[in-house]
Amino acid sequence: MRWLERAWRHPGFVTGTALVGLLVGAALLSFAWTPYPYAELDIPHKLAPVSNAHWLGTDSLGRDIASLLIVGARNSIAVGLIAVGIGVTFGVALGLLAAARRGWVEELIMRLSDFTFAFPALLTAIMLTAVYGPGLAISIVAIGIFNVPVFARIARSAALAVWSREFVLASRACGRGPWHISLHHVLPNIMPVLIVQATIQFAVAILAEAALSYLGLGTQPPQPSWGRMLNEAQQMLFQAPWLAVYPGLAIALTVLGLNLMGDGLRDLLDPRLARQR
Amino acid sequence: MSAAGTIERVDHDRTRPAAILEVSRLTGTLNTARGPAQALRGIDLSLAPGQTLGLAGESGCGKSMLALAVMGLLPAGAQVSGSIRFQGQELIGASDAALCRLRGNRIGMVFQEPMTTLNPLHRVGDQVAEPLRLHQGLSRASARAEAARLLDRVRLPHAAQSLRAYPHQLSGGQRQRVTIAMALACGPDLLIADEPTTALDVTTQREILELINELVAASGMTLLMISHDLDALARIADRMMVMYGGSVVESGPLDAVVTERAHPYTRGLFAARPRWSALGEQGAKRRLQTIPGRVPELADLPPGCAFSNRCAWTLDACRAGLPAALAIGPQHEARCVRLNEPGFRS
Amino acid sequence: MTPVVLALHDIVKHYRRPRQRLWAPGPVVQALRGVSLQVRAGQSMGIVGESGSGKSTLARVAMALERPTLGSVRWSGQDPNALDASDLRLARRHVQMVFQDPYGSLDPRQRIGQIVAEALESSAVAKAREQVEESLLAVGLSERDADKYPHEFSGGQRQRIAIARALITRPRLIVADEPVSALDVSVQAQVLNLLADLQEALGLTYLFISHDLAVVNHVCDEVAVMYAGRIVELGTPGQLFQAAAHPYTRALVGELPRDRPGVAHGPRRRLQAQTSVRVQAGPTLESGACAYAQRCAYRQARCQVEAPELRVISQGHQAACHVAESVMVEHLGEQ
Repeated sequence: MRWLERAWRHPGFVTGTALVGLLVGAALLSFAWTPYPYAELDIPHKLAPVSNAHWLGTDSLGRDIASLLIVGARNSIAVGLIAVGIGVTFGVALGLLAAARRGWVEELIMRLSDFTFAFPALLTAIMLTAVYGPGLAISIVAIGIFNVPVFARIARSAALAVWSREFVLASRACGRGPWHISLHHVLPNIMPVLIVQATIQFAVAILAEAALSYLGLGTQPPQPSWGRMLNEAQQMLFQAPWLAVYPGLAIALTVLGLNLMGDGLRDLLDPRLARQR
Repeated sequence: MSAAGTIERVDHDRTRPAAILEVSRLTGTLNTARGPAQALRGIDLSLAPGQTLGLAGESGCGKSMLALAVMGLLPAGAQVSGSIRFQGQELIGASDAALCRLRGNRIGMVFQEPMTTLNPLHRVGDQVAEPLRLHQGLSRASARAEAARLLDRVRLPHAAQSLRAYPHQLSGGQRQRVTIAMALACGPDLLIADEPTTALDVTTQREILELINELVAASGMTLLMISHDLDALARIADRMMVMYGGSVVESGPLDAVVTERAHPYTRGLFAARPRWSALGEQGAKRRLQTIPGRVPELADLPPGCAFSNRCAWTLDACRAGLPAALAIGPQHEARCVRLNEPGFRS
Repeated sequence: MTPVVLALHDIVKHYRRPRQRLWAPGPVVQALRGVSLQVRAGQSMGIVGESGSGKSTLARVAMALERPTLGSVRWSGQDPNALDASDLRLARRHVQMVFQDPYGSLDPRQRIGQIVAEALESSAVAKAREQVEESLLAVGLSERDADKYPHEFSGGQRQRIAIARALITRPRLIVADEPVSALDVSVQAQVLNLLADLQEALGLTYLFISHDLAVVNHVCDEVAVMYAGRIVELGTPGQLFQAAAHPYTRALVGELPRDRPGVAHGPRRRLQAQTSVRVQAGPTLESGACAYAQRCAYRQARCQVEAPELRVISQGHQAACHVAESVMVEHLGEQ
């Protein structure tokens, strides 16, 4: 496909995809093999520097940092996928509904979105953990809830633009109702916007999970998490400052990769469509 | 002078009276998604001062490209060769600064879509005053006064109040009047109008056409008007040029081109218009004469004459190369290898 | 008597603009101010007018894409606005529309096959494919085009695709809203010929909307001229072109270049006197004045106070003007 050729020539997109690919590869790899079992403590060798035995050294409890990182990648991806998945599924559905029905339905959906927006994911997470106890699942739900209004807003405004186009009028003239039009005409035409936003939200979700874990509200030990690794590193800052570098770098590179991918997708998808006349 | 009935080849290097715009062997190549496209193939034209030239053709024939080439406004990556001389000054290869001094000052341009030509965020009066302040160095107050005078000249209703209006507050026809005022602000010697009436209503079209006509006649300005509307051009042009596939297929005095229609494409184009014939056939639905096939993309032109794959009279010679311009009458020429043949043009 | 396929009776359509003051409702735009017409099976009715005349609104009301504020629409006797959603869906098979913009009226994300099959029921995929191919062939395209995307086609071809879409349910009536206005001259001719051929082959009825009288002449048996939301004249093209009874029609026709042998097109011919004051689109007029009076060359005192009704001038010829007869006589005299 010509699209792939063009994609290959976009430096940002290629870099971003490579970085994200690295993350996904590491996560997948962790199911099959890790250098060491991530929970294995090795106190005599704690805070070891980089060596052949431990490629990135060990943490304050002697756990292998490399293993912790790649298993932590699993959690990050899980959060990204599921939380964004929740946001996309419910958010886009609500956005399409708002654009199709207009009137009080639209008003209601938009005001609910505003209301939800007002609560930062962090606050939602804290509220939820207060009720249900901390954990990975709860942080995913909290971040997912926050994503719903993001996608609802974007889907709605993009959908409104499509509804005003003439091929939608033509579809109505053929007797098609709002369901059919939303699914077959509106949704395919707002895909580029949604895809780009999804990559951005993926990055945001990973950062949010790291923040929550850092605060102790996300993944609980012994499950590894980049955010908690940062927290632990903070406590050892004067003794072993390098401990903060690895998870920090992992987060930074992942977020960078996702943003580059998102920007690249936006470049590749939007103007091409406009130019295909 | 040879015996009547034979056609001479046109010699373009013969000296002629000082033309305000002289284009020779203009060739332009654009980068399109489908590879390099020859948007202009060996264009020659000569505009005498005070003349109106109507440039006719359908979408994709290169007529807008010609206008942009004259103004030096072709997209980046376009390659131009040949010569464009405006009042003796060579425009191809001229510096950006030199071209900027000409645009809006000695050469004015009116485009098709007034809504995109005007900045929606600036008041109309400021936009008309802009060329005055830029090229003539007028102060704000005098530029504003001159702008009001210009808007009145283009018969914009309530000109003084309209100075403070924004483009979206005006109708299409009114906006086009504003763009005309902008183009004429510094009293240019040459006005290029690229489809100035196409985006307008039919009654507004007539008003704008009449306005342009009148302004040009009053100031002795030279006008290059580009349109796919043959009837609009026929109303105001002195000479007509027909373009197809990046080259000029026919060019001559208005009456000659319109009545003789030497080139097969010109013939087809004029015949395809829906007309009302007052003689017989009242209200009867008639089939229109069409040119089979469709206009090729500039990147996919057939070899030789661009019209060869749609022409009813194609010969092998037509595909050999771009046909030379042959004279048919005084100042009237066309690019077709078969013009010589007896009975071909009846 | 051939059956009436489309009947519009006293259609009034008002739009409310967004409010400009907090305490008063927004201004009302009177897009249609009482339009009635009938189109019989196999005929073509042309609607001519400039923008602001209401012709596009008329098309949408005729297609039941908008409800009239007052008045009724009937498709072969049935009122589409009184039907429920599923019955309306069935009824729409008989009334289809072709739009002006060949670039906007096709979904860029769908293949041609999907686009053309839009009006068909979703079941029976194989049969749908057959019908799609039939439609594409009927408009001069090939079956292979069903798998391509709109951006691979030119403006004229896209209009053919739009026509193929309109044909697929074998409708009785096609409402064509400026179908050739966006096309080049030679392509326009091809599409107009196609429309004429299809009408003959399939017994279609057309409601053909255009701003161009010359175009309408080639497709239509009857023409209604609209101005400011009303029909101001109704007649055959012959009657309108030679004996126009309304000053507006006269003005439109008067500028048509004619093919008189031996007479070259006169450059710089003076245009008919028209004031530059224009009526804004969808005017809110004081009732009781002729909407055209401000621009009319035949204006009299009576025109400022009494709006003329559409009345019969001669067989099949109606006009809404107080001095219609003298306008007509003067026009005839010029022939």
